[in-house]
Amino acid sequence: MTAGKPSPLAGTLAVQPAAAEAVADTHASVLAAIGWAVARDFRVALRSKGELGVQLLFYVIVVSLFPLATSPSRETLATLGPGVLWTSALLASLLSLPRLFASDYHDGTLEQIALSSRPLAALVSGKMAAHWLTSGLPVALMAPLLGAQYALEGPVLATLAVSLLLGTPILSLLGAVGAALTLGARGGGTLLALLVLPLYAPVLIFGAGAVDAVRAGVSAAPHLSLLGAGLLVALVGVPFAVAAAVRIALD
Amino acid sequence: MLINWFRFASPISFYPIAGSWSYAFGALAALFAGAGLVIALWIAPTDATQGDAYRIIFIHVPTAWMAMFIYLVMAGWSALALGFNTRLSAMMAQALAPTGALMAALALWTGAFWGRPTWGTYWAWDARMTSTLILLFLYLGVIALRAALEDPRRADRACAVLALVGAVNVPIIYFSVQWWNTLHQGSSISLTAAPKMAMTMLAGILVMTAAAWSYTIAVVLARVQAIIVERERGAGWLESLIQFPAGGSA
Amino acid sequence: MAAQNAIDARRLAAQRGHARLFDGIDFSLPAGEALVVSGPNGSGKTTLLRIVAGLTAPADGELRWRDEPMRPFDTRLRDAVAFNGHMAALKDELTAEENLDAWIALDGPRASRESLAAALDAVALRTQRRLPVRVLSQGQRRRVGLARLALVRRPLWILDEPLTALDADGANMLGALLDGHLAQGGLCVAASHQALPIAPQRVRRLELGAPA
Repeated sequence: MTAGKPSPLAGTLAVQPAAAEAVADTHASVLAAIGWAVARDFRVALRSKGELGVQLLFYVIVVSLFPLATSPSRETLATLGPGVLWTSALLASLLSLPRLFASDYHDGTLEQIALSSRPLAALVSGKMAAHWLTSGLPVALMAPLLGAQYALEGPVLATLAVSLLLGTPILSLLGAVGAALTLGARGGGTLLALLVLPLYAPVLIFGAGAVDAVRAGVSAAPHLSLLGAGLLVALVGVPFAVAAAVRIALD
Repeated sequence: MLINWFRFASPISFYPIAGSWSYAFGALAALFAGAGLVIALWIAPTDATQGDAYRIIFIHVPTAWMAMFIYLVMAGWSALALGFNTRLSAMMAQALAPTGALMAALALWTGAFWGRPTWGTYWAWDARMTSTLILLFLYLGVIALRAALEDPRRADRACAVLALVGAVNVPIIYFSVQWWNTLHQGSSISLTAAPKMAMTMLAGILVMTAAAWSYTIAVVLARVQAIIVERERGAGWLESLIQFPAGGSA
Repeated sequence: MAAQNAIDARRLAAQRGHARLFDGIDFSLPAGEALVVSGPNGSGKTTLLRIVAGLTAPADGELRWRDEPMRPFDTRLRDAVAFNGHMAALKDELTAEENLDAWIALDGPRASRESLAAALDAVALRTQRRLPVRVLSQGQRRRVGLARLALVRRPLWILDEPLTALDADGANMLGALLDGHLAQGGLCVAASHQALPIAPQRVRRLELGAPA
């Protein structure tokens, strides 16, 4: 031990032995937690742009492959279009889910997040928000462009975009539960798909249903309101389930 | 009569109880099934429109109901497991899943065989069948997650969370599938358009449902015994109950 | 009498699958002292540390902090703990500075740029602080963890093999940090194969046995 020599760290030591400083007002803490997670995850995601590009490319490829398997007649395509665009969005969402927690789990940062003074439900909400911004949102914006390939018209494409904007966050939320539960489990991605796809079914029904309704000349309001209501309920409830699942995974 | 329920919360106390009740319910199941089959095959009259093919509903309807009930019971035990952190509650949930999956699969299979002679198709995308299919997937998901996680305690809690998330979703799934189905009236074949229920038919279905309940309880209790043995095998108390073969690893 | 910062562990036990890692572990740790946990590989050192940190529940027994029983993820325990685990807990894509910034911001107010720079400077990472952590060596990554300990304000430090990959200079930095922390009344629970470079009168020892 270098006795007598002043430690180079002595000046920066800021150790507070008394009881932990009071945590700020709950609202501020929740918002700060969400902000922290969104900023960090977004920054990490932008530094791995290749990964993000691949997911969007996957969506484009899958959507473009379907007409090759059926007839390219306008009638067939227009009938298939909403279903194909929505189902492919589901699959693209599945593909991007492991990214949500796996990296943090393997490098130890998930433990730090779970041990934070801030509410875990808020921290994971931030992570899910950043995840949606880099996976669901690009798909929702890309879909109308691809919808043109399927002989779908303006109002239909607009409904497609809106339904995806409402639905993809729900996919991110529900998928996060599966991603957290399967952390470090054998069978990884395929197990995740088995767990999460049945939960996705209602979102698919109402999302694709909205587009079909507009195509048939009927209002999509009921579908979209149900999607919206589902999104609100999921936003309020799912983060707590995800937080519980993360703690279980770290046990 | 106050029963200290928590006394039974330990696998140790529950093991012998599970054994005797399993046999009792097994016998009950045999009785009910016997009576039910007599009603189904002999007493219930031939239907005017569907002939004798309709008789499969005596298996189809009970199994479809059980698939749903068992999921709710499994979710209940899961909630107990998460809330009170008791091992036995989690073991009960673990024991229920395979039987629930079996019931769902049977419901789908018998539904297909009912559809074929009656409407000419094995699978009609009606609301109940599609919901049952998704329910089967939910069961398989819980079973697969249990198999994929090595630590039994972590698997207990993870499967409990999954079962509860699924339980919240089951009504939503059912509602959404029903909505979707009513929109596509052209192809809808309503399997709820069962033949007008003569009293005997209803009685038959109820008896078969009782048989399905008894069978489920008997089988689940037997399975939970196996789970207890498998998971508690380090503990010394098992030796007093079971004769392990000489030289075998305890 | 106001509760002091202190840990009390009673009859702690841990289980991995069917195997019992340890049983009946008792210890007390008052403010200003460090507990060094040692034992052969597989004896459960990391598990014990994770129990004290509140990451996992013990199979049996009770953990007390400031004389109150603690369940896993208890808020009061989370407020008190700084856990430097087995892994460096750094995002490969971010720089050392960004990682440290995020780490400190996770628990409370952000540290100023000057204090971040000073902390990284003190652990000899001045020139590397703007590089993605991916290109740093193991030893350099562990030193980011040391910088974190210097900046964080937590009474209970839990360190899993803190000397791993550290060279002599790094070990001295750790020693200085620990000495200062304990002198100000902090506590530390550490798992370590090697002796920690701190004043021996502040150290208590706990030896975990080999698995049966």
